[in-house]
Order: sequence, then C-alpha cells, then structure tokens
Amino acid sequence: MALSEQEILAGLGEIIEEIVGTEPSEVTPEKNFVDDLDIDSLSMVEIAVAAQDKFGVEIPDDQLKDLKTVQDVVNFIQK
Amino acid sequence: MPKTDVVVTGLGATTPLGGDVATTWSALLDGRSGISTLPEEWHDKLPVHFAGQIAQEPSEKLPRPRLRRLDRTQQFALIAAQEAWDHSGAPEVDPLRLGVVVSSGIGGILTILEQYDTFREKGWKRVSPFTVPMLMPNSPAAAVALEFTARAGAHAPVSACASSAEAIANAVDMIRAGRADIVIAGGTEAAIHPLNIASFASMRALSTRNDDPQGASRPWDSSRDGFVMGEGAGILVLESAEHAAARGAKVYAHVSGVGYTNDAHDIVMPDPEGAGQARAITQALTDADLKPSDIVHVNAHATSTPAGDVGETRAIRAALGDAADQVAVTSTKSMTGHLLGGAGAVESIATILALHEGLIPPTINITDLDPEVAVDIVRDKPRDMPSGDVAAINESFGFGGHNIALAFHRV
Repeated sequence: MALSEQEILAGLGEIIEEIVGTEPSEVTPEKNFVDDLDIDSLSMVEIAVAAQDKFGVEIPDDQLKDLKTVQDVVNFIQK
Repeated sequence: MPKTDVVVTGLGATTPLGGDVATTWSALLDGRSGISTLPEEWHDKLPVHFAGQIAQEPSEKLPRPRLRRLDRTQQFALIAAQEAWDHSGAPEVDPLRLGVVVSSGIGGILTILEQYDTFREKGWKRVSPFTVPMLMPNSPAAAVALEFTARAGAHAPVSACASSAEAIANAVDMIRAGRADIVIAGGTEAAIHPLNIASFASMRALSTRNDDPQGASRPWDSSRDGFVMGEGAGILVLESAEHAAARGAKVYAHVSGVGYTNDAHDIVMPDPEGAGQARAITQALTDADLKPSDIVHVNAHATSTPAGDVGETRAIRAALGDAADQVAVTSTKSMTGHLLGGAGAVESIATILALHEGLIPPTINITDLDPEVAVDIVRDKPRDMPSGDVAAINESFGFGGHNIALAFHRV
C-alpha cells in the first residue's frame, strides 16, 4: 500500500527533527535541504538511512545527491 | 626581549562535583567527594564499581541534535568553553587572533566503542557518518574553534594525563610567539566505559575500594590503592596582558611560567626519584622568573596510586629546596577523581582560584598519612593562603613519562 504524500511528509518531519532539530512544520515540500533547512551532506546520509528504516525504501548514494528538496524525497519514496 | 605577559581572564568547567566552576569550587572547599557508584549492570564484569561521573549531563545544556554529532569529550569541552568565554566577558576579538588549544588524553573512545557495537549489530550503513569527526583526538579543539570562530590555529597536544596542562602551556607559548591575542585552552575526557575501566584495572592502576567509593581516592594515605577514574573538562581563556588591559578585562592570575620534561624512564611508571618532575618545576620557575620562596602552594598531580604520590612530594622538595617547607600541597583529585586529559585544566582552575580567593582546597580521605610524604599537605579543611605577591604551581604527569609544571602568579 503506497503511503500518501502527507504521511511521508509527516515521517520526514519526524526524522529531520530527530537528526538536525528542525521543527517539523518547517519541513514543507518546496524546501531545499541545503539552502533552506541548513542540512549538510553527512546529515543527509543519516536522514536517508532513517528514511529507509521508516519507509522501507532504499535511497542509493548516487541518487541521494540528486534529491535537493523535500518534494524530491517524497517523490522518490512514492515511486 | 621580555616575554609577553599572559593572563587568565575566564574559567569554565564541568566536573564530577558540578556543572560549572562555581559549584565545583564550592564543593572543593567543602571537601565533598564527587565519586559515585556505577550502574548495576557493570558490576559483575569489573573489579571496580565506581567512578567520578559528571555531575550535570550535557543533555541539560546542549540540544539533542547537537549531542548526536558530538563525542562526549566534545560536549564537555563546549560546555566548559562557553562558560569560560562568557566569564571572560565574551571578548570582541579578530578571529585571526583567536586560538584554541584543547586536548583529550584518549580522544573519542566512547564513539569508537559505540559505533563498533553498531557496526557489528547492524552493519556499516548504520555507523554514524559523524563517527570520524567525533572520534578524532583533535575533535574537541576543532569543535571549540568552530563554535567561537577561532582561526589563529587549533591544537590538541596529547600526553595522556598531562594533556590539558600541556594544552595550557602550549597556549602560553602561542600567545608569547605572537600567534594569537586570546587562546581558549584546556582539556576534556569522557572515557568511563567498561573496557577502559578494565584496561586501567588490568594494569592494577585503579582503586578497588568498592565498599567505600567516596573514600577510594585518598592521595598520600597509607592505604591508597589506586586512582579513581573521572570525567569532565576544564577550559581557560588566556590572553596577552596587553589585550586584556585594553578591553578592561578582569584578570584572575598571570600564567607566568611553563615547564615541560620527560622521564624517559618507563612507559608508565614515574621515575621514583622524581628527577624529571623536579626539572619541570625548576623550568617553570625559571621561565616565570620566580624564586622557590615565591611559591606558597602546589596543586599536585597525586592520583592516589602507591607508586606516584610519594615520589612527587620528593620532587617538589628537590625542586624547591628548603622553600618547600612553606608550601601547602593539595590533591583535588581526592574529590574529583582523576579526569585524565581533563585533570590539568580543572586543577589549574583550582590553583588559580586558590590564588584569587586566598583559600587552598583540602585533600580529603587521609586518615593515616604516609610517613614518606616529604611536604606539608592541606588536609580535611581549606587553608588560608598568605596574602601579597605569591605564586602557585600546578603539576601534571602522564603515562609516557610526560611532566608539565605551570606557574601561576597572583595578580
């Protein structure tokens, strides 16, 4: 059963709060991880691993670097 | 050319006695022990059931996302550095003229051990991507440099239990060499883990007085049976006197002399004659342009080991001669335990406050003074320090034969 965009957003919000301390309400689809959420590349690795645990979707390293915004990750997980 | 006068303008600490300098200092004057029993699950694995555990957990001061990516040594260092920086008046300084020398004796060993457990249980992908910047021994220095935007250089001299005293000595050198106007200096250690306790216990270095943890650290007592492991950090803000005066900073002491030597005698045992220790004191006095009779107090390294404590008192006498009769010696490790790479800095803070407040903290737990002790020990309650133009020494030694003496001169 596919997760809804809202469910993924809520899950990502929890992960990002845990790892970098950002308020979940800040984690909206248009946000860029680096420019808007101030998330560095090592934290992105942690977020990708946590997302795999939560959503059961592996994000390979060569694709992780192309996921620039929250929407990109939502799309990747839905796909 | 006269040496640049280096002064202390800020102090910060987090120790088994308190989460800051004020609570640590008042516990030292009260003669209170910071040693406590370790969690129950450690007991069947270890011959030692106690340690000097930090009084205030870093989670009370740092937010969780920061804690995740900082080794515990870094957490302690940042907390102590923030206090020292605020205490110094949070000076306006050119980042290119601000330096850092912050040591750890062991480095991020808790990170190493925890991440190895994670690796074995869950595989490489679950190993934190921050493992390397957390475990590297320069990580506390780097974290402090990043926090305070210190760009004149960040250093982390490693000399086991002398590390943070060496950091302070290097900071003095850095200011004297003209490389910085202010240096944030000190050390940190966070190594309370079953493996580390087992390692020190296997070399028979730790007290096993499990029926009396608070009486276990008893430097110079005849029944001492080893040191008590502690954790924590001490950080000082050191500054050229000229820079401090220009900004109207409050000065707590001059760091007037440093001495470095090595025994080259044995990898862990101190030279029983204490010749290297005595040379460190003599060097510090010469560097400070002080006479033995200027010294009224020594905060000793004395860790409560049978081998070390008495030899150190002989070294003090060898270095100071008859002037040693006027010197009041104490070991604050009787209350804090041994903070390893944090010890020299925390004990330097105690030495500086003794000069500043005119009160020498006692050594607790001496019920039967070892008859071989060759100097006057401050026991049980604090002692008034002579007024006027006097100086004090902090000594720190480390496995590897390292000896550091720091001379602090009253303002």
